[in-house]
Amino acid sequence: MTQSTIRLALFVPLALFIALTVLLLKGLDRDPTELPSALIGESFPAFILPQLQDPQRLLVTEDFAGQVVLVNVWATWCFACRIEHPMLNNLAEQGVKIVGLNYKDQRGQALQWLEERGNPYWFNIVDQQGSLGFDLGVYGAPETYLVDAQGIIRHRRVGVVDQRIWDQEFSDLYRQLTAADSNIFVREKVSDQ
Amino acid sequence: MIRVLSLALLICLLPSHAIDRHSILLASDELVTFSQPALRDRYHNLIYELRCPKCQNQNLADSNAPISTDMKVQVHQMLEQGLSDRQIKDHFVARYSEFVLYRPDVNPRTWLLWLAPGLLLLIGIAIIWRQFRSDRSPGRNAINGDTATTELSAQQQQRLQQLLNRESDQP
Amino acid sequence: MIAEVGHMALIVALCLALIQMVAPLAGTFLGHRSWMNLGYNLSLGHLLFVTIAFACLVSAFLNDDFSLKYVAQNSNTELPSYYKFSAVWGAHEGSLLLWSLILAGWSAAVALFTRHLPLVFTARALSVLAAISVGFALFMLLTSNPFERLLPVAPEQGGDLNPLLQDIGLIVHPPLLYMGYVGLAVPFAFAIAALIGGQFDSAWARWSRPWINLAWMFLTLGITLGSWWAYYELGWGGWWFWDPVENASFMPWLVATALMHSISATEKRGVFRSWTLLLAIFAFSLSLLGTFLVRSGVLTSVHAFASDPERGVFILAFLAMVVGGSLLLFALRGPAMQKVANYSGWSREVMLLINNILLVSSMTMILIGTLYPLLADVLDLGKISVGPPYFNFFFVPLMVGLLVAVGIGAFTRWKRTETGIIRQNSILPLSVSLLGALVAPLWLGPEATALSESWLSGYSMGAALSVFLALWVILVIAQDFWQKLDGRLSRFRKLSASYWGMQIAHTGLAICALGIGLSTVYDQSKELRMVPGDSAQVAAYRFELVDINQHPGPNYLAYRGEVQVYRQNQLVTVLFPEKRTYNAGGQVMTEAAIDASLTRDIYVSLGEPLPGGAWAVSLQVKPFVRCIWLGGLLLALGGLLAAGDRRYRRSRAKSQAVSPTSEVVSA
Repeated sequence: MTQSTIRLALFVPLALFIALTVLLLKGLDRDPTELPSALIGESFPAFILPQLQDPQRLLVTEDFAGQVVLVNVWATWCFACRIEHPMLNNLAEQGVKIVGLNYKDQRGQALQWLEERGNPYWFNIVDQQGSLGFDLGVYGAPETYLVDAQGIIRHRRVGVVDQRIWDQEFSDLYRQLTAADSNIFVREKVSDQ
Repeated sequence: MIRVLSLALLICLLPSHAIDRHSILLASDELVTFSQPALRDRYHNLIYELRCPKCQNQNLADSNAPISTDMKVQVHQMLEQGLSDRQIKDHFVARYSEFVLYRPDVNPRTWLLWLAPGLLLLIGIAIIWRQFRSDRSPGRNAINGDTATTELSAQQQQRLQQLLNRESDQP
Repeated sequence: MIAEVGHMALIVALCLALIQMVAPLAGTFLGHRSWMNLGYNLSLGHLLFVTIAFACLVSAFLNDDFSLKYVAQNSNTELPSYYKFSAVWGAHEGSLLLWSLILAGWSAAVALFTRHLPLVFTARALSVLAAISVGFALFMLLTSNPFERLLPVAPEQGGDLNPLLQDIGLIVHPPLLYMGYVGLAVPFAFAIAALIGGQFDSAWARWSRPWINLAWMFLTLGITLGSWWAYYELGWGGWWFWDPVENASFMPWLVATALMHSISATEKRGVFRSWTLLLAIFAFSLSLLGTFLVRSGVLTSVHAFASDPERGVFILAFLAMVVGGSLLLFALRGPAMQKVANYSGWSREVMLLINNILLVSSMTMILIGTLYPLLADVLDLGKISVGPPYFNFFFVPLMVGLLVAVGIGAFTRWKRTETGIIRQNSILPLSVSLLGALVAPLWLGPEATALSESWLSGYSMGAALSVFLALWVILVIAQDFWQKLDGRLSRFRKLSASYWGMQIAHTGLAICALGIGLSTVYDQSKELRMVPGDSAQVAAYRFELVDINQHPGPNYLAYRGEVQVYRQNQLVTVLFPEKRTYNAGGQVMTEAAIDASLTRDIYVSLGEPLPGGAWAVSLQVKPFVRCIWLGGLLLALGGLLAAGDRRYRRSRAKSQAVSPTSEVVSA
């Protein structure tokens, strides 16, 4: 090894360390606990489950196809869901269609809960075993999925959706999707597939 | 008549109940049972390798979170259905993303992770090999800028080695 | 009032450290002896004031002063007083104060015990240590003040100390660990002083060795204790999880081990000088990196302190300055070090090089695995997890290589060893180890599993390998003793402390490896649904659940089970596992019940209550698991003995004998 190679080699530890520091600095902006959904860009999973209000009625994905919806995973045992509920009522008043997924809960308690707190949901799917939740990759309530008119999952939020989260993560995308949805030309194009 | 019969029945039941308690050593049930013993080993390996999506860095085996329990049940069901380990893992990855694998899949995104340690070790072995085979002749050392000493006579070499050997006893 | 005194003391300590950082170092360049001498008094003064600050915080905890935010978050009136004391370092701010206290202690020790070394050298080293103290003091005062008040209204009751931490292990584990982490700052400071002074000879290496051995010993104890604590406290029988915070303590340990060995070659033969300096810098850098990882929130871990990006940025800036500065110094000064490599073949130098390579490779692999999820996230490659399967995959073969090398290293000589000598010395230990390794699983297997299968089925290659490696190292050590004694027992006295230290430490390593291998291979466990009256068989033991009932504790309510354990119908022990619910926060903890012995641990813990009055119970028999921590203790003992070797004792006479080259003042 020549002298100049050795001189250069001595700077390698410093160079590696600088790279490490840059990595760590960038890492400070990231949240390691945030887990994006594995289903972004995929179709909403198929299911056949009863409805909360009318348990005889079985629901399938087609029941909310053709519109942009929020699918909100909730349960009466979920403390944070109480905090989120007023926001959902708010969104429903603004015309956002919310499909509820009542996750591993008791029907009677769920009905009473909605009675007490208001019902923002277009309708509620009862997932007592958690099977649809599992197919969705749900790991804790509340979770909210934004599903477009073609039934593709576009975004997921784990945790409470409040005004700030709505503005940051959902609002623009929702507007974009509903604008596209109202365009008949686009809808026809999609139905050809 | 009925009373006699019921009494007789009771008398028959009582001792058998007592026998149940003491004669069967394994009265307690395994929480998770398998139709074949090989499945049990695969189950333990899988719950060791799968991560609880919600917990602060725990595998399914060590975690009591509801989602972990659900996932363990799923693993058990899928094993009984005859799915392979690969299929079971893919099943979870499709729903929870690669995050749930504690043993990352080998794909272009993880080549650096899986190959780097081996490469580093190879570099290390190369360094060791070079030293192992290095030639100690004075001419060659002079080229390397070595400040090694001038040549020693054979007797001096022997004396040097003796001294060094003695020193080797001290860590 | 007391909190304000503590706060003031911390500020005074900062000021003293600032002066200590600048004056002695400047003195070495300007030739002012009086400035250089300041280091001694300043470091003692700094220690005094940090101690005062610490004492004030302790007092606040013991007096339930909930007007202090830190006390309110981490303590509770119901907490027993010994836990109130340990709660001082139970969370971020207080643990930083403990860090500072221990650093002040090590600095003062350096000032006190290096009087016989050249003043120029010690002045520089003390300045470096002071610079680190300044960093931590500023960190506390600016972002993480333990004396911050909750005004105007102090809460009546505090949160609570996390029940996981309400344990003897917590009282002892962090202080021990910090003694190690912080202790590595001393060889770091010595390395920087050497780089500044341009002196890299064997004298520097000899001065540094006892400090490295001591810091390493504490780190070994801290990690061993942490592993043992996780084992009995967490409730499911695991003792190492390759969690980022665990890795953060293991990496400096690996590098410190490499440093300890590399510096021996530097002292004896003047080789590996750049290696040794770099290792000294790396060891402490990894300590600081660990501090960053644990407190910044970039990685998910069960151990992590509550995170705050502002704190993360501060530590990162500090890390960048300290480590970046030292690596830059290394790169600039490096060419001054002349290569003197004149060894080859089977020589002790090559064995130590192998040692260095294996340990540094292990450390790098662990670093890559720990940081890869972060790298993947930053590069938008997705969220990837790296866990025990990855780490074990690489670590086990590396350690196998290391254990083989430990054996060979014992009979190699400096500079060159004839292959004949290698062959001669290895033939006996090798053959006995191989034989023992082949035979042992035949007996161990059935013994551990209590299955009367034929002796060939259930034979474990893993167990054979573990036994081979352990026997290999131990037999080589025994052979070395035999050769040294050469038939004369009187020679026992002549063996130096560092020799004893080495042999005991290597024995400890072998026992630790044996424990890891055998407990992993032969672990037997069952998870069962049990009601009182049920019994079950695991390995050679029959477990009978007698009863489960409620049992109140000082600050919790427990369900306590009584489990009788029989072997061949003889009662072995009665165990009382508990499931506790803590009053203050409602957390649920599993307290496992363990019957410990060197050959096996019996481990019973309660799971969840099940319908029908039943409980999920976990029954485990873990052969030889205790050897892991016994090995760790022996390692630490070895380090202590090595540090105490007479060669390192200070003496006036010795300082005269120090070679003139060590008196070099920088150009």
